Amino acid sequence: MKAILALEDGTIFRGSSFTGQGEASGEVIFNTGMTGYQEILTDPSYTGQMVVMAYPLIGNYGVNPEDVESARVQAAAFIVKECCKTPSNWRSTMSLPDYLAQAGVMGIEGIDTRALTRHLRIHGAQRGFMATGNVSPDELVDRARAIESMEGLNLADRVSCDKPYTWDGTRPVFIDDLKDFAWQGTGPRLVVYDFGIKWNILRLLADQGFDMLVVPSCYSAAQVRELGPDAVFLSNGPGDPAAVTTAVAATRELAADLPLAGICLGHQILGLAMGGTTYKLKFGHHGCNHPVIDLQTEKIEISSQNHGFCVGIEGLNFLEPTHMNLNDRTLEGFRHREKPMLAIQHHPEAGPGPHDSRYFFPRFRDMVRDSTGK
Amino acid sequence: MPKRTDIKKIMLIGSGPIVIGQACEFDYSGTQALKALKEEGYEVVLVNSNPASIMTDPELADRTYIEPIEPETVARIIEKERPDALLPTLGGQTGLNTALAVAEMGVLDRFNVELIGANIEAINKAESREEFRAAMENIGLAVAESGICRSMDDVRHWGQVIPFPIIVRPAYTLGGSGGGVAYNMEELEEICANGLALSMKREIMLERSILGWKEYELEVMRDRKDNCVIICSIENLDPMGVHTGDSVTVAPAQTLTDDEYQKMRNASLAIMREIGVETGGSNVQFAINPENGEMIVIEMNPRVSRSSALASKATGFPIAKIAAKLAVGYTLDEIPNDITRETMASFEPAIDYCVIKIPRFTFEKFPGSEDYLTTAMKSVGETMAIGRTFKEALQKGLRSLETGHIGLGKRFEACDVDKNEILRLLRRPNSQRIYALRNALRCGMSVEEVFEATAIDPWFLRQIEDILTMERSLIEFGLKQGVDAASEGMAEMLRTAKEYGYSDAQLAAMWRTSEDAIRTMRKELGIIPTYYLVDTCAAEFEAYTPYYYSTYETGVENVRDDVKKIVILGGGPNRIGQGIEFDYCCCHSSFTLKEMGVQSIMVNSNPETVSTDYDTSDKLYFEPLTFEDVMNILDFEKPDGVIVQFGGQTPLNLALRLMRAGVPLIGTSPDAIDRAEDRERFKQFLNKLNLKQPPNGTAMSMTEAKEIAQGLGFPLVLRPSYVLGGRGMDIVYCMDEFEAYFRDSARVSPEHPTLIDKFLEYAIEVDVDALADGEDVYIGGVMEHIEEAGIHSGDSASVLPPYSLSAEVIRDIERQTVAMARELGVVGLMNVQFAVKDGEVYIIEVNPRASRTVPFVSKATGVPLAKLATRVMLGEKLKDLKPWAMRKKGHISVKESVFPFNRFPNVDVLLGPEMRSTGEVMGIDPSFGLAYMKAQLAAGQKLPTSGTVFISVNDWDKAKLVLAARDFADMGFRVMATGGTADYFMEKGVPVTKVNKVHEGQRPHVVDHIKNGEIDLVINTPSGKKTVGDARIIRQNTLLYNIPYTTTVSGARAIAQAILEMRQTGLKVESLQTYYGG
Repeated sequence: MKAILALEDGTIFRGSSFTGQGEASGEVIFNTGMTGYQEILTDPSYTGQMVVMAYPLIGNYGVNPEDVESARVQAAAFIVKECCKTPSNWRSTMSLPDYLAQAGVMGIEGIDTRALTRHLRIHGAQRGFMATGNVSPDELVDRARAIESMEGLNLADRVSCDKPYTWDGTRPVFIDDLKDFAWQGTGPRLVVYDFGIKWNILRLLADQGFDMLVVPSCYSAAQVRELGPDAVFLSNGPGDPAAVTTAVAATRELAADLPLAGICLGHQILGLAMGGTTYKLKFGHHGCNHPVIDLQTEKIEISSQNHGFCVGIEGLNFLEPTHMNLNDRTLEGFRHREKPMLAIQHHPEAGPGPHDSRYFFPRFRDMVRDSTGK
Repeated sequence: MPKRTDIKKIMLIGSGPIVIGQACEFDYSGTQALKALKEEGYEVVLVNSNPASIMTDPELADRTYIEPIEPETVARIIEKERPDALLPTLGGQTGLNTALAVAEMGVLDRFNVELIGANIEAINKAESREEFRAAMENIGLAVAESGICRSMDDVRHWGQVIPFPIIVRPAYTLGGSGGGVAYNMEELEEICANGLALSMKREIMLERSILGWKEYELEVMRDRKDNCVIICSIENLDPMGVHTGDSVTVAPAQTLTDDEYQKMRNASLAIMREIGVETGGSNVQFAINPENGEMIVIEMNPRVSRSSALASKATGFPIAKIAAKLAVGYTLDEIPNDITRETMASFEPAIDYCVIKIPRFTFEKFPGSEDYLTTAMKSVGETMAIGRTFKEALQKGLRSLETGHIGLGKRFEACDVDKNEILRLLRRPNSQRIYALRNALRCGMSVEEVFEATAIDPWFLRQIEDILTMERSLIEFGLKQGVDAASEGMAEMLRTAKEYGYSDAQLAAMWRTSEDAIRTMRKELGIIPTYYLVDTCAAEFEAYTPYYYSTYETGVENVRDDVKKIVILGGGPNRIGQGIEFDYCCCHSSFTLKEMGVQSIMVNSNPETVSTDYDTSDKLYFEPLTFEDVMNILDFEKPDGVIVQFGGQTPLNLALRLMRAGVPLIGTSPDAIDRAEDRERFKQFLNKLNLKQPPNGTAMSMTEAKEIAQGLGFPLVLRPSYVLGGRGMDIVYCMDEFEAYFRDSARVSPEHPTLIDKFLEYAIEVDVDALADGEDVYIGGVMEHIEEAGIHSGDSASVLPPYSLSAEVIRDIERQTVAMARELGVVGLMNVQFAVKDGEVYIIEVNPRASRTVPFVSKATGVPLAKLATRVMLGEKLKDLKPWAMRKKGHISVKESVFPFNRFPNVDVLLGPEMRSTGEVMGIDPSFGLAYMKAQLAAGQKLPTSGTVFISVNDWDKAKLVLAARDFADMGFRVMATGGTADYFMEKGVPVTKVNKVHEGQRPHVVDHIKNGEIDLVINTPSGKKTVGDARIIRQNTLLYNIPYTTTVSGARAIAQAILEMRQTGLKVESLQTYYGG
């Protein structure tokens, strides 16, 4: 079924929908990863975004029940060159078109994704609108322009959980009433802010032996303290960090005496809470191949990237940059010179992407042990 | 970490001649490494015996030794040059093995030479099956159940332990030669006997078969700070059981989830660290069980490999160049990415296209060999294609192969192939299987059935099914709508067809019209390709390196520069008869254009070559060399000229069509080429010049052929017109053989005329390369062949300058060459083959283009013929270029050919008019004997200086061999011979030991002596056309036990002289720069 994608600058791409009739809108961003589309689609950080895959052949290995980063497809739409209808992989249980159709998320193929990627690189990320059927491209352009801009958009609060939950190893177990909650494990107690958390972060934190309670993004510092945590973790998530003001405030308060760590949006929130700034990148970093240097060990890790905003900590001498992106020299991580605080911009949990940065989790665990004795 | 300053002089070992499993990819990697090291200010010493390589160009290394790559010679060079370091990881398995051998000899310690890149421990750990296995277990990775065998007893033991089928893998051999798959004990013993003989360490591994598992490769790089990156993942279309060099492979991996890919990535990094490859590139191969994802490590190469060349071309990441820089101490984050400029080499390339590599086979060259693929590599070349989809890339790749296919399919009528025949082709891997896949699906077999028969991943099969579905729509469309630009929906249909990779020629066949008609219609409708960049980053950064592929997409990235520009058409995939020599010429031409300030644009489809390095030309198009694909580029670029005379037969075959299409071909006119190639026109041409050729005729029918044969008298040379590398050529001695030729090998008809020449027995063959500018002619070199006429010129050894021809004959040859060049109006290069018999000079063949010998002649004389030819083609004159003044003299150069016979165990090793060598080596020395000795040594024949020489020759050769036999006896060799030969020698007073023939039944017979290692040299000439009895068995065992041999009288004489001189003076090593200076 023929479909059209329109960008806010008036550029039109024609393709066909592989998920039947529909329409979709969002910020159009490209990802250069050659594997991991299922993880990308289910990553809540892609909320509000229509993801273009630079690699042209997508869907080859289908989808399976394991490789998910949340309970559902989160991306606003999926844009590819050629989508495989009959996948081949021993774990595959469904084809990508069926998966997206079931989730009600539109997929379009036959798009020159290289041309689109170059367009976004040159002109920056843009709002887009796509639809099937006999629609006028001009109308789609207008509708693209009508979409709310990513800048200033608080999406974390939108995608966060409604109520706290624990992690049973494979899925969240929601808690209706916190009165019923008691810390179960023997490990250090970790309160995890869910700004749209990827499940792989939970899996890897659990591997470190943390006893975890995941809470909604709107939780105040007082609410967190009431839970009696040994440490607090700030998750990844979508949208503009500057708009997540309550979380920034809560973080500032918690940082006074609790060990803290954050990934991606969590890193940005920590940066803002410490007095830093955030700014939007022209077209963001989305892929699995950016080199990041760990400034402490001077080793290079190939990282999984997915962010549209960056942190600036210039002039904040109590913060020490720990990681830097070698492609564009942007900040990829920092820590507090005195307090137990770690933050990382890219995705040490991978899913998808290389596992080079996974040492982040034991490093965090060590930091908690060093500062709390637990 | 900056580069090391404690080392100043670095030695690099090349990979020697082109052989199966080791082709020009190591010239590509070595050339990159040389340039990188020189750029860093190091003094570089190179050893490589291959004159056709770019890396042995004298201006690339500081000291270039065109000497045999074998431990003793390399040790001598080390002693002489005293390098600080030896970089062993860029010259393939040959370079690595030789480095290992000199290290074991203690030479590196003695002269304080450091191995950089990989140390002995790491090399051993990766190369020794046992140590590798232990290392893998150490890091928790699985390998297949296996056992190491060093004897046949070991083989029988493990044959009972490991379940059949069992894979046999010899250690330390090229491209897995001597390996195979055994289904029973008998087969196991047979394969292992061969494998043990071929393995340098007499070590083979038996391994549980994982036939049918999916096969993957990852290219890894590591620096001194332990930073590791993956450059490329490759998935094989052919599952386990077929050597990866013989498999159709695809980059990146297509059917792995991220989770599975990351597991493989983690394993690769762990292996790199565990093996301890300090810096550089390595490749790791994996097998995946398609049922449950179980992963097994197959092997790891601690060096730059064929796959790394492919990975470099597939991603734009120059692995060898970076590996060289890492070896001298840089880290990945200190080396800029040439392509993006703003980013560094410490990243993993992301690609946004699909790359397919397809091997090129030549089973037809080896009658008696079976078209059957196993774990021992058999392909002689490969082609690579890039497309935005698998389908586009596959069809581009198949038409790049130049095997007569114009894509996946060339016949579009209803399927009439026998299902059993298809099943046979599917079940047993072979060179035609990709077409069998199409036929199977076309004939109604399901993807599941085909998967059942092949174990090829259904994803690939469905891609092929998609192509077939499109094919049906296209045919239907043609029938319904008519083939016309005005047909409704034609534009859309054509565009879709192009996105599926269909060529104009395929569409023409489908729609029963001409290719030109399709092309005209397509252009009228504006369906033309765009050219996208290979940029390492999937468009995330701006790319500066002009490396392009065509695709039918919407974007525009390619820019036509408004400058003077010349397009060079390359040679496509390597094959026997067309290899690295032509790539050398293309590269030289490109270098010269750059020097002259003319934009050089290269078109080629061979990933192994230097010409497809993005660094070689100003612009590179990685494209099939078909009329359509070339014309599309020319339409876009509108060049000032196109060069077709350097890339071998491939571009020449396009010349006439290109000319008719109005393309400005520069150099010799296609008409002159035709005049030399068309039999009748050539005859008239020679008559006009009053030059002689052997009596001959052209037959259009069998009757005519017989008449001509009777007129000329036997022996005769028979061949089809317009052939490459002597394809289908044969010499017949009687009417029976004559009839057999037409019955078994060739057909004759007006469309397929047969050329019949009188064969000049025992004539001396001479090759001449000349350069002409339309006025003056420069004789580049006169090469005298060692083997007599009748053996393909590409297969015989040759000497420059001639060693036995009289000055008068040489002058006559030169005079005739000049006359022909002038008459043909040659502008550029020309090659002539002469035969000299009884002082009489005959012309065998004239080719007004670059020949296979151009690089050899250029290296031997110091006159860069291809470079000068390029200048001449652009209008410069020889009188200004003065090649005569450049010429270096005072040494003798011998070119020897190398053959792939050990890959085709059932094939007779006899030489004939059909070319079968894959590559060549060069020996240089002030004396002929030693130059010949070096050439033999470089070709892998270590001639003995004492011991036993076995001689068995046919009746008419006996008299000619007495002299050589006496020489051997005089030098103290024991001369051994059978029956008639022994009697004859005794009669002539040569002391000889008589041995039993095999068929005489008495033991021990000659083959027993061979097997017992009692024979050091074999001289065996063919007895008549169809060899019977002993001769063939002797030759096969000679090959199996790797005993030096010759099958010609003149070869025997040259060997005797070489051994004599060797015994007198021994071998000395000298650099090309010294020869040129002195």
